[in-house]
Amino acid sequence: MTEAPAGPLKRTPLYDLHRELGARLVPFAGYEMPVQYPTGILVEHAHTRTACGLFDVSHMGQVRLTAKPGQNAAKAMETLVPGDIAGLQPGQQRYTQFTNDAGGILDDLMVTSTGDHLLVVVNAACKDADLAHMQKHLSATCEVEPMFSRGLLALQGPQASAVLSRLVPQVATMKFMTGAYVVIDGARCYVTRSGYTGGDGYEISTPADQTDAIARKLLGHPEVKPIGLGARDSLRLEAGLCLYGHDIDTTTTPVEAVLLWSVGKERRVQGGFPGAAVVQKQIAEGSTRKRVGLLPEGKAIAREGAEIVIDGKTVGTVTSGGFSPTLGRAIAMGYVERSQSANGTRVDLMVRGKPVPAEIVPMPFVKHTYYRG
Amino acid sequence: MAETKYTEEHEWIRVEGDVGTIGITQYAQEQLGDVVFVDVPAAGRKVAKGEACAVVESVKAASDIYAPVGGEVVESNAALADTPGDVNAEPTGKGWFFKLKLSDKGELDGLMDEAAYEAFVKSLG
Repeated sequence: MTEAPAGPLKRTPLYDLHRELGARLVPFAGYEMPVQYPTGILVEHAHTRTACGLFDVSHMGQVRLTAKPGQNAAKAMETLVPGDIAGLQPGQQRYTQFTNDAGGILDDLMVTSTGDHLLVVVNAACKDADLAHMQKHLSATCEVEPMFSRGLLALQGPQASAVLSRLVPQVATMKFMTGAYVVIDGARCYVTRSGYTGGDGYEISTPADQTDAIARKLLGHPEVKPIGLGARDSLRLEAGLCLYGHDIDTTTTPVEAVLLWSVGKERRVQGGFPGAAVVQKQIAEGSTRKRVGLLPEGKAIAREGAEIVIDGKTVGTVTSGGFSPTLGRAIAMGYVERSQSANGTRVDLMVRGKPVPAEIVPMPFVKHTYYRG
Repeated sequence: MAETKYTEEHEWIRVEGDVGTIGITQYAQEQLGDVVFVDVPAAGRKVAKGEACAVVESVKAASDIYAPVGGEVVESNAALADTPGDVNAEPTGKGWFFKLKLSDKGELDGLMDEAAYEAFVKSLG
């Protein structure tokens, strides 16, 4: 799902700003995106953990679902995802997945209820397929409106609340995984207190033509620096969060990926989503494999694709691995056979043909600091 | 008198007598970004010209380093284990990778001199 589609690369509303800021632009999910700015990934990562980082995530897909007369958009959405969407109060947000008939994950997504409609944010590489999927299955009950030209800014870090509340005072008291329509500089935006770093922060959906002005306004605050996709990846890995197409895909179920917390309690019993029978069986009997955290000894970095070995026998594969700037050491996650998945289990990660000793550990690697009020 | 030669893979080799010191260029470190780990070859290892014999890890990716010429490794830069950022800060100084006793100095003739390397980097845009 991550290979670049044919044709010219698309640009977000912040393309000119990225160029001005000296970003290194790379192809990502069909877009020309900043992987880093001149300060580099380590500085950007540390800045997001200690102050405030601004990320352009406008390449992600935003879709609005509005129920047709006499219909219920949340109930309709529940036919495609295992999350408890019908139970969302107005202004509440939830993480869930589109599943296939085998319980595999087609994409992971955020769903927010505004009371009047649902706002959905999906991964850039999957957004055309996701839109087609929703149009096919939900058009009878919902207006399915792609808002792919809108901007999406992530403002993340311990200073994010102080910065954004200077412009919009009400965001200071918003809790993690809630959202609200707000006005920033005359532009109507939708803000959620969420993100992909494991820390406090917001995502701000902006009108396309006002995205640049809002980004520049945020960057005008002394705490805020622009952050590229490189640090976005190292931040989410420290937080133990899955990257679609790597840690989760059509061959992994929410149970195997240890995302059962995101499957509604009633929905585990009642089903009604694609692959429910598979997921329910795995809940009852356990899956054969499981996503785990891995802490390699020493300095070598085990990256995606490295085999996980116990006593010479391959028991799994690393799906994400890299350097944790916060911990100053290598970290990884991957799948292992469930019988070998206990915390503290000693494994070897095969890096360039050599075994690197590692231990299975709980995630996150860096404690979450979400704002829960 | 030391002479420095360059490869199209952006390694440099500075030759004094029959020993060459090898590292990566300023251009290479800029392309890699922040270096967080360098896997250097052990002394005594024999390498052929073009053989992958070290690995440099940035936050984003691992990249192979190739021997510009053949020879035997006589020393590797142990300090990089604690300060891999030397590769970014001083790629042609403290950030050197390893030293080779050259097996055939004639292999140096196929490498670029500084002017040719600068022109090569310019051609990459």
